[in-house]
Amino acid sequence: MSAIDVPAPETGLPKGAPILEVEDLHVTFRGRVGLIAGLRGQKGTRSRAVDGVDLLVRKGEVLAIAGESGCGKTTTARAIMGLQEVESGTIKYEGKPLPRNLKPYLRKVQMVFQDPTGTLNPRQTIYEIIAEGLRIHGIDRGPDGEPEEQLVARALSRAGLRPPDRFFLRYPHELSGGQRQRVVIGGALVLEPEVIVADEPVSNLDASVRGEILQLLMKLREDLDLTIVIVTHDLGLAWTVADRVAVMYLGRIVEIGPAEEVLLRPLHPYTKALLDVVPEAGGLDRPILTGEPPDPTKIPPGCRFHPRCPVVVSGKAAELGIEAACKGEDLALEEIQPGHFSACHASRQLGAEAAAAAIAAAGAAVAPEPVAEDGRTDDAASDEPPDGT
Amino acid sequence: MSVLSLKDVHITYHTASGGVPAVRGVNLEVAKGEVLGLAGESGCGKSTIAAAILRLLPGTTKVEGSITLDGEDVLAMKPGRLRAVRWTGASIVFQGAMHALNPVQRVGDQIGEAITVHNQAGEREARVRVGALLEQVGLPTRRAMDFPHELSGGQKQRVMIAMALACNPSLVIADEPTTALDVMVQAQVLRLMKELQRDLGLSMVFITHDLSVLVETSDRLAIMYAGKVVEEGSAATVFHDPKHPYTAALAAAFPEIGDRRFRGNPTGLGGDPPDPQEIPSGCPFHPRCSVAFADCERTVPELYPAGEGRRAACLLVEGAKTVATGVSE
Amino acid sequence: MQSPPITPGGDPNLTGDRMPESLPELRSPRRIRRARRRRAHTTIWKEYRKSKMGMAGLLILVFFVAVAIFAVFSSKDGLDPTKVFGPRLAPPSLKYPLGTDNFGVSVLTQVIQGSKISLLVGLVASVMTITIGALIGIVAGYRGGAYDTLLMRFTDFGLVVPWLALAIILASIIGPSLVTIILVIGLTSWPSTARLVRSQVLSVRERPYVERARALGGGNWHMIGHHVLPNVMPVILANAVLVVAIAILSETALSFLGLGDPFSFSWGGVIESAFNGHATTLGAWWWIAPPGICIVLVVLSFTMIGFALDEIINPRLRER
Repeated sequence: MSAIDVPAPETGLPKGAPILEVEDLHVTFRGRVGLIAGLRGQKGTRSRAVDGVDLLVRKGEVLAIAGESGCGKTTTARAIMGLQEVESGTIKYEGKPLPRNLKPYLRKVQMVFQDPTGTLNPRQTIYEIIAEGLRIHGIDRGPDGEPEEQLVARALSRAGLRPPDRFFLRYPHELSGGQRQRVVIGGALVLEPEVIVADEPVSNLDASVRGEILQLLMKLREDLDLTIVIVTHDLGLAWTVADRVAVMYLGRIVEIGPAEEVLLRPLHPYTKALLDVVPEAGGLDRPILTGEPPDPTKIPPGCRFHPRCPVVVSGKAAELGIEAACKGEDLALEEIQPGHFSACHASRQLGAEAAAAAIAAAGAAVAPEPVAEDGRTDDAASDEPPDGT
Repeated sequence: MSVLSLKDVHITYHTASGGVPAVRGVNLEVAKGEVLGLAGESGCGKSTIAAAILRLLPGTTKVEGSITLDGEDVLAMKPGRLRAVRWTGASIVFQGAMHALNPVQRVGDQIGEAITVHNQAGEREARVRVGALLEQVGLPTRRAMDFPHELSGGQKQRVMIAMALACNPSLVIADEPTTALDVMVQAQVLRLMKELQRDLGLSMVFITHDLSVLVETSDRLAIMYAGKVVEEGSAATVFHDPKHPYTAALAAAFPEIGDRRFRGNPTGLGGDPPDPQEIPSGCPFHPRCSVAFADCERTVPELYPAGEGRRAACLLVEGAKTVATGVSE
Repeated sequence: MQSPPITPGGDPNLTGDRMPESLPELRSPRRIRRARRRRAHTTIWKEYRKSKMGMAGLLILVFFVAVAIFAVFSSKDGLDPTKVFGPRLAPPSLKYPLGTDNFGVSVLTQVIQGSKISLLVGLVASVMTITIGALIGIVAGYRGGAYDTLLMRFTDFGLVVPWLALAIILASIIGPSLVTIILVIGLTSWPSTARLVRSQVLSVRERPYVERARALGGGNWHMIGHHVLPNVMPVILANAVLVVAIAILSETALSFLGLGDPFSFSWGGVIESAFNGHATTLGAWWWIAPPGICIVLVVLSFTMIGFALDEIINPRLRER
């Protein structure tokens, strides 16, 4: 191979060591108040987008953060990147909290965005877009003295755009969606980061192109020793690429553990519900949660999922004697099985096996009648407020 | 009698850089009470077909072939008749429908507008009918007084569906109706559409790129690529046993959780869906096809019979060879 | 159960490869930048050429600029009434194509010399306006918060100040002169530019690629220099053209009111002398009409150019 494919240098941390830690993260958005109301002392509505998130990312792993819109996953990702003001909580990189000046940190932790078209400045050539990172950090030579063009070419090549110099002078609008996303990835790679945070990296791309981009990410993880955090709403994607999965709901992680455990033997009713509605799961006659994704300005007391939880709604919670807890006692993640955490009273009470069974049973109990028989069975006649994002 | 019939339809857009052939010879039929799923990605022509059915394409677009709605030739309709047929014969739930609502008009008025414009009822009657429609889509009638921004995404989509049903059309065309919604809300809306379709005996054309959704909602599937139909048949068989390599790839993009073959193994196609102005020679899919052979570059495949009620446009099918597929390493 | 997935195939770069012609081997980023700029400019020019209005405006402007340049090099003797012996208030003739004024000075000479001053004042005042306006607009739009509020209230104040009153006051302090006029125009026209620039900055600031630059580690100066400014420039340019037109018009008005240099021969000045010399009652149309027509033509040309530029700039931004 040419000099373009020089492998990445070995880095300090051993594989599996914690590289990124998030501790008790809180991010709140305040609504706006009119001038008079503000003077009167009224404050805007508080939207608790991220309400106490703890995360530990290990070097070399692929962690998927999954959930619906409004659950806080994107906000968490942006907070990790320093793009979002944080109300409280600590973010640590390689054990040390983030400094005030994030620039050196951002060389190590880079982001891949959702919309490849918007993320690229239409007035810049591909060369300039990739080189931007280098120029911001004042890097005009590589570690072995390589000139800027070679660094740019290497990044493009690693991102799968070959031969790289054919892309130097082109503009984003001349490329297809998949190619644009590769440019975004290349722009992140040029800084030789340790961690890549990808926010819905493939949801704006054509279905047949997605696999390729995911393949690229996995290959990069292999070749360059990267750690990848993927934010997604698609559990199928998590199944395909993730080592661990964290499921978020209303600003908190409600379940986290090895991908196969969480996706095949979920220990939280919300995870189970999400898995059930994935279309391939078979048939629309399966349980579907009612209402809209809830409002971060009105977080319910107790377990925040209890108003929609099949275990509560079906009466199973009452049977198990945990209904009062579900409705009144807020709870944090607990290790139900080694490495597999869940924030659910049922799991906590019953342990893994029984909890999984109870959750599945509850789901079936609230399953609506098969469509042909009945009329409307789900309830959109709710007064759920419009979803926040 | 089919509600919708497209025969040898060719649609070419007119642009500054010449003609863009978006649809290149498509034949489709939708029987009464049937749901036809139309799947494909950007540039395949599916949205163009949706718009063409009601002649909603820009004036400079060339539409050839025959489009028959309820026995009437849409392309030959005079403007007056066309306007009458729009919404009463067939209606559309647009892509990004949630943004198609007028932000300064109450939703009830917007739905009612469809009714009164077609002189199907006076104002008061229309209001009653709007209430009934909202109930049908699972919204409380008092929501008619709301403005769009007071509704959530899923609720707005229900309003769009109510609007589509306002004039009792025989055919509803749904163009990516749930793409922008969360999975949970998507499931609710899909269930609603399925219920309505069965209760009202609607015929539907369901357009989306998400094959897995189509399996649940459609009776028959047609897969489009580069302006042509490349495979068609009953929904379940096409999805679970694709005969065309593209269909297989599209299906693989929505892996089933629990399927070990996909674990750690994202599968995708190289390249991108072709630009309508630069369609490859021979079989348009050959540059991206893993089982392509020499002939594929030269010969344009027809839709060959591929089983009971199934057709696929692949030379391998013609030669009755099996589509050689395998899990990548 | 689905069937097994397809092994991925095909060259990733085969489709979607829309390279028109062969590209020269480009190794140096400087050459790349130059090539790109050249490409951008030629495209703008090509588009501009298509606009009839734009080309007409450009032609007129070029004509007057040529006249002004000629005026710089030609002698001013013709303007001095002590050195001229032409007939007074003579209608146009071969020797005096635009006739003479009440001192016997050729009107044509005055108009030619006047072009120099009018265009100059227009230009200098515009540069002042745009610089102040753009600076304030960018700072207010980018920083936001208290800066924005403060600067915008200041801008509102600027919008409200009656420029005529300001001109009269300034003239009485500094004395009527070209500098007075330039100052007045420059100091009172910037608010609308500031508002325009600010709104454009607000929109650019939120764009995803700006966020990406921040994620890459970019600081505020980098953002402004690399992303905000290049995207705001087109708007400033289109606005600049109109500002020049307005500046020239304003100069005319102020000169006409006698606030300009009483010895200058800007077009406004000529109209003023004609007015004071009772040209209308005496029927000396050749004295009062030509400068007015010139002003109209120049302002028109700038307006047409501005319109044409606007059409080019906005749809391109949209389609990109």
